[in-house]
Amino acid sequence: MEHTHTAAGHETAHVDSSTKSIWRTFWILLCITLVEVGLAFLHLEYGFLPRVVLNAIFIGLTIVKAFYIVAEFMHLGHEIKNLIMTILIPLLLFIWFIIAFLYEGDSWKNMRKDLKPGTPVETPKIGPAVKPGHV
Amino acid sequence: MDTAVTAKKKWWAGGYSPFNVSYGKLMMWYFLMSDAFTFGALLIAYGTIRFSSPSWPDPNEVFKSFPGMGHAELPLMFVSLMTFILIMSSVTMVLAVHAGHMRDRKAVAKWLLLTIIGGFAFLSCQAWEWTHLFHEGAWWGRNPFLNADGTQASTNFTNFFFTITGFHGLHVTSGVILNIVILANVLKGTYDQRGHYEMVEKVGLYWHFVDLVWVFVFTCFYLL
Repeated sequence: MEHTHTAAGHETAHVDSSTKSIWRTFWILLCITLVEVGLAFLHLEYGFLPRVVLNAIFIGLTIVKAFYIVAEFMHLGHEIKNLIMTILIPLLLFIWFIIAFLYEGDSWKNMRKDLKPGTPVETPKIGPAVKPGHV
Repeated sequence: MDTAVTAKKKWWAGGYSPFNVSYGKLMMWYFLMSDAFTFGALLIAYGTIRFSSPSWPDPNEVFKSFPGMGHAELPLMFVSLMTFILIMSSVTMVLAVHAGHMRDRKAVAKWLLLTIIGGFAFLSCQAWEWTHLFHEGAWWGRNPFLNADGTQASTNFTNFFFTITGFHGLHVTSGVILNIVILANVLKGTYDQRGHYEMVEKVGLYWHFVDLVWVFVFTCFYLL
């Protein structure tokens, strides 16, 4: 195991450039956060940008921040491609995970709304009461 | 020393670690991936419940206090400060790792100490926020805040908030403890004897992950 760590000699050549990229990443993260907070305030004060657009921007910027933290701070961007892939490919499951569950949540909301006691019953679209060709 | 893989070497043939990283780092990556799924599951559960609710409390109405500012309405300010503290402590952690590559013991100790201070600062902020919300009547099973449309809110909002920020705070706490252990070893000279500062890198990975999770918690609870 003693031989598997990063070679120190290789690193000394990049003293300045690597410290520089750390601070560059810091400024990027800070600026993105400030932009997010700024946009949130503009929306609060002046109703700037519709909520949906704003939320899309927030989620996009969050993913950009996540990219910089993982790629630069956690150094994953500088590891070999196979390692990057073993980490990222399983995380693709999140795409399905998020879509499926949020869709489910939305469906619950609609069912609660439509099936609330006292809600006038619309023309039944399902069940045995409907005869073929009736609607 | 050289671990570069030449044409003759095969990743999985044994004798050295796959992917050109040490076993410990590789396993830390896989642990973090599994932890990402845990946090992901919690946040997606929160999203599902929020999507299934007709209305939800407005975060700008709930999180608007700042220590020492009384009843001034300052939405987002305090949580922005917390975000800044955590990003800053991530930077000091990278600088500690960087100093470790240089085998500069003093610099590693200095940056690690700053990271620990950052961790404590973040935890103090969270403790203040939790205490403040508790005094406003919010806790697991209790929600004094109204929905954005003025209707009575369920306790889902507070339950998810305290569970998820609590779970994240627990990660920060264990990160701080790990950092303290590593700092003690740095000061003892353990890693100089070992010939490398890889433990700093492994704990650093964990620490950045905590920062990464916070980025998502910040968006999900305070921005959206």
